[in-house]
Amino acid sequence: MTDRTAEVGLSADLLNEDLVDDRDREIMTVNVGPHHPATHGVLRLVVDLEGEMVRELRPVIGYVHTGIEKSCETQSYWKVIPFVERMDYVSYFFQMEAYCGAVERLVDLEIPPRAKYLRTIFLELNRIHSHLVWLGTTALDLGAISMLWYCFRERDKILDLFEMATGQRMHTRYFQVGGVIEDIPVGWEKKCMAFAEEMPIRVGQYEDLLDRNEVFLQRTKGVGIVSRERLLELGVTGPLLRAAGEPWDLRKATPYLAYPEMDFKIPVGTVGDNYDRYRVRVAEMVESSRIVKQALEALPDGPFIADDRKYVLPPRSELSTSMESLIHHFKLVTEGFRVEPGEVYYAIENPRGELGCFVLADGSAKPSRVHFRDPSFVNLQAFRDMAVGTYVADMIASLGMLDPILGGVDR
Amino acid sequence: MPDAPGLELIRGEIERDCPGAVLATSFDRNQPTLVVAPEQALDVLRWLKEQPGQRYGFLSSLHAADYLPNEPRFAVHYELINRDRVERVRVKAMLADPGDEELPEIDSCVELFPTANAQEREVFDFFGIVFRGHPNLTRILMPDDYVGWPQRRDFPVGGEPVTFTHTEARYD
Repeated sequence: MTDRTAEVGLSADLLNEDLVDDRDREIMTVNVGPHHPATHGVLRLVVDLEGEMVRELRPVIGYVHTGIEKSCETQSYWKVIPFVERMDYVSYFFQMEAYCGAVERLVDLEIPPRAKYLRTIFLELNRIHSHLVWLGTTALDLGAISMLWYCFRERDKILDLFEMATGQRMHTRYFQVGGVIEDIPVGWEKKCMAFAEEMPIRVGQYEDLLDRNEVFLQRTKGVGIVSRERLLELGVTGPLLRAAGEPWDLRKATPYLAYPEMDFKIPVGTVGDNYDRYRVRVAEMVESSRIVKQALEALPDGPFIADDRKYVLPPRSELSTSMESLIHHFKLVTEGFRVEPGEVYYAIENPRGELGCFVLADGSAKPSRVHFRDPSFVNLQAFRDMAVGTYVADMIASLGMLDPILGGVDR
Repeated sequence: MPDAPGLELIRGEIERDCPGAVLATSFDRNQPTLVVAPEQALDVLRWLKEQPGQRYGFLSSLHAADYLPNEPRFAVHYELINRDRVERVRVKAMLADPGDEELPEIDSCVELFPTANAQEREVFDFFGIVFRGHPNLTRILMPDDYVGWPQRRDFPVGGEPVTFTHTEARYD
């Protein structure tokens, strides 16, 4: 090999090894985001780089803080539902369930079995939807563009199901205090069953695309490992924790809705790297389809909303015949229902972990405080542990695998 | 969940190790709650986390609420969970408003529960409750130069000017 130093005009001094080392050791601070497709929302990262290695990392959040919790305090209880849906905009059904469940516990309202099953079906469809958005965008970060189109194809089918039953594709406002706002239309069950049967086949196809893809495996295996103990210290829940081998799922631990009657497994990983996180979420999609199928098969007949006129709107048909119903309707729509003073914390398993809703009632028709313990917000604290000591490219991959939804982080 | 007598047993045991720490208990809507003195909140949390037989080792949520017009006005809520027995217990530290621009203070539990780091910053940001010993107590969701504590009940809603590129000068 010939010495090309003179040719390119570099002095021999510059190629002196010590100097080269010094240059590599230089720490450079780089700003990533807040507006960048790879940050999965409006997240800013201040990253200290040594060459291509991440040495320190500070996430800066708050760019999409819209004061939803404050706004909730000025709404009557039933008007809060569309507000809280817009926090985590990918898993809106979960926010509705957390909030409605908390209010139902505050007023001690039992919801009918059909409503429980319907809610379970919609929550699990929403879980698949959320994981599909995650899989599509994260695979895109790793260079697998076709995954995005396949995932969004199935996601669209779920949105079609939502639209058919609720009239809206996103932010459906379908859950109400006491049940769901209306029954599912004729033909919906059949369509949903067809989807639940198709979904595991589609998941198999995704796995065929990714599981033996050398690039994908190299980029995910052994990357972003955080130990189980450290994750628990940081309060991380959901697929991230399960990927590290901890079978903690609130659907099993503190069963709610129709989950006690469902037969499903909790997928867990072993080492807790990005590959395990991918495997856990993909397996969860299959389990969710199984839950949807079982719930559809066992869907009980009966009312879809509780028959308590103090909290639930009377059926439209009664308004022209019953004075009582008209009065209840008028009171509920104008003032809303009053809730005895008290406070409730109700937690459910959202696609990202424990979604807790704290509602404080002061006796009036408006909540005095609504707080959401959003799993994205808490899980984001583990990002530093995942990314420090890896390459920049792996940091982006780890962020995708962490799956934060910034609307939920900032609220 | 510990049931109501179970909660009283926990209270009795805490009373032996940290006298005077638990001010009251409540079992409203099946949610066991220990109301603790703010100075001893950290001791109670440590006791609940480390005492054999209790082991409420996972802090699932930390949030605050403003009980205006009640006194003491603020409360910091710690939602603890024992993951082996799947039992939740809430620890609630009531804090009085010191008045005159001064901020209420409580000990930070970040060393005990590292997960509280971001959540304590959130409480500070929205309620102006200072966590003594927190490694980096700065605003987290509101802008760094924001004035006021927006989640307090006496903080008005609305009237917040929105800055866009060409309206910056108007709101300076």
